[in-house]
Amino acid sequence: MASCSKRSDVIFHYGMTKTVAIIDYGMGNVGSVLNALAYLKVPALVTRNAEEIRCASHIILPGVGAFGEGMRNLREYGLIPLLEEVRQAGKPLLGICLGMQLLASVGEEGGEHEGLGFIPGRVRRFKVDEANVRVPHIGWNDVSPTADAVLFRNVSPLIFDFVHSFHLVPEDSAVVSATCNYGEEFVVAVQKGSVFGVQFHPEKSQKSGLAVLNNFLNYA
Amino acid sequence: MLKTRVIPVLTIKDLRLVKSVQFAEHRNIGSFIAAARVFNARDVDEMVVLDLDGRKSGLKPELLKEITKECFMPLTVGGGVRSVEDVQKLLSLGADKVSLNTEAVRNPKLISEASKRFGSQCVVVSIDAKKTANGYEVMIDGGRDQTGLSPVVWAKEAQKMGAGEILLTSIDHDGCMDGYDVELVREVSLVVSLPVIACGGAGNASHCVEVVQKGGASAVSAASMFQYTEITPRGIKEELAKAGIEVRL
Repeated sequence: MASCSKRSDVIFHYGMTKTVAIIDYGMGNVGSVLNALAYLKVPALVTRNAEEIRCASHIILPGVGAFGEGMRNLREYGLIPLLEEVRQAGKPLLGICLGMQLLASVGEEGGEHEGLGFIPGRVRRFKVDEANVRVPHIGWNDVSPTADAVLFRNVSPLIFDFVHSFHLVPEDSAVVSATCNYGEEFVVAVQKGSVFGVQFHPEKSQKSGLAVLNNFLNYA
Repeated sequence: MLKTRVIPVLTIKDLRLVKSVQFAEHRNIGSFIAAARVFNARDVDEMVVLDLDGRKSGLKPELLKEITKECFMPLTVGGGVRSVEDVQKLLSLGADKVSLNTEAVRNPKLISEASKRFGSQCVVVSIDAKKTANGYEVMIDGGRDQTGLSPVVWAKEAQKMGAGEILLTSIDHDGCMDGYDVELVREVSLVVSLPVIACGGAGNASHCVEVVQKGGASAVSAASMFQYTEITPRGIKEELAKAGIEVRL
């Protein structure tokens, strides 16, 4: 509680209303996300502390790695009920890459694993002819957002950096904010209320990626 | 469409940016931090940083941090990576992918351990190959030691062990700017389903077009061309686009 109020004071004094908690669950490139937010001049911290997460205005669930290990770590650090609390409070939450996949109800990577279930759907491997289409899907690819997709407002070019072999297939197409084509058309961005997910790495997609992060941070 | 990437490579020795010719005669060409900043500012697709002293001293974390601070693109870091702990250390310092070379040949389990723990997408297996009387041979320890392995066999094995990408360098063409070893790239890209990054020999845009169209490379990388000539990564991409290759412009 002490660290929480202390940070709030700082925020209050400097008139900052935006703070980002980047969830630290031992899965990958939190440093890159932190660097991107620093560049956008938004106060952010990498944390798994409940009070710090409760105090933040925006939550980012980053992540690189395998689905099962990601969920196991979230569970081990007691983060699942906290993320549920974030969702119920309507606080903006952005899952990036594995972070987006964990929003699903089920992941198929390395056997079936239960996900957070915020976006009903399954995370499965690319169903493409791997003799012709190289998996993992690595590099820059074109993204087609829906007309009203909040995250892609005024973003150009619509080309983002991907590194993944699995992707989220949502049950309800209404949550889809953007798709991409790589041997098959697949979903690369979702939104359900205040819960967002992107399969690409905005923190590694140069100016276009920074613009997407900015749109997320401006969502309240 | 997936874009063909153009990737500058920075090689570092004694904490200076250097460039070799056929893995020898390393020439000091300045500050690698300044070079990294230039490529950051030029909005490149990706960057590879290899520390040639990695096996003895290793990159100083504060220097790597200088590179990653304003690096909003994928960054591969390698040089002297011997263990899963080394991989973790580089990832925590801001690398997105880690390149494994000598140690992966000596202990291929490192590939599977690293990919199991951090995901195969961040495990790049770097293969240095040299042409011999009996075809191509994989060389390790900065091109000094022979392995008796063929790059085709080793690339397949690396894929099986969980590599996510292959960085394939021709020692014979390194620093010569006389074109990639297209045959080498073709042989390897045909047998793996992983993306293959061609390295060694780029001197102009037509070399890059050739290694993509005839060699099947998913990405082209270069060092000398970007250090010694006026050619920029963007200039290369404009030429690739003219040849009908999808790039990010």
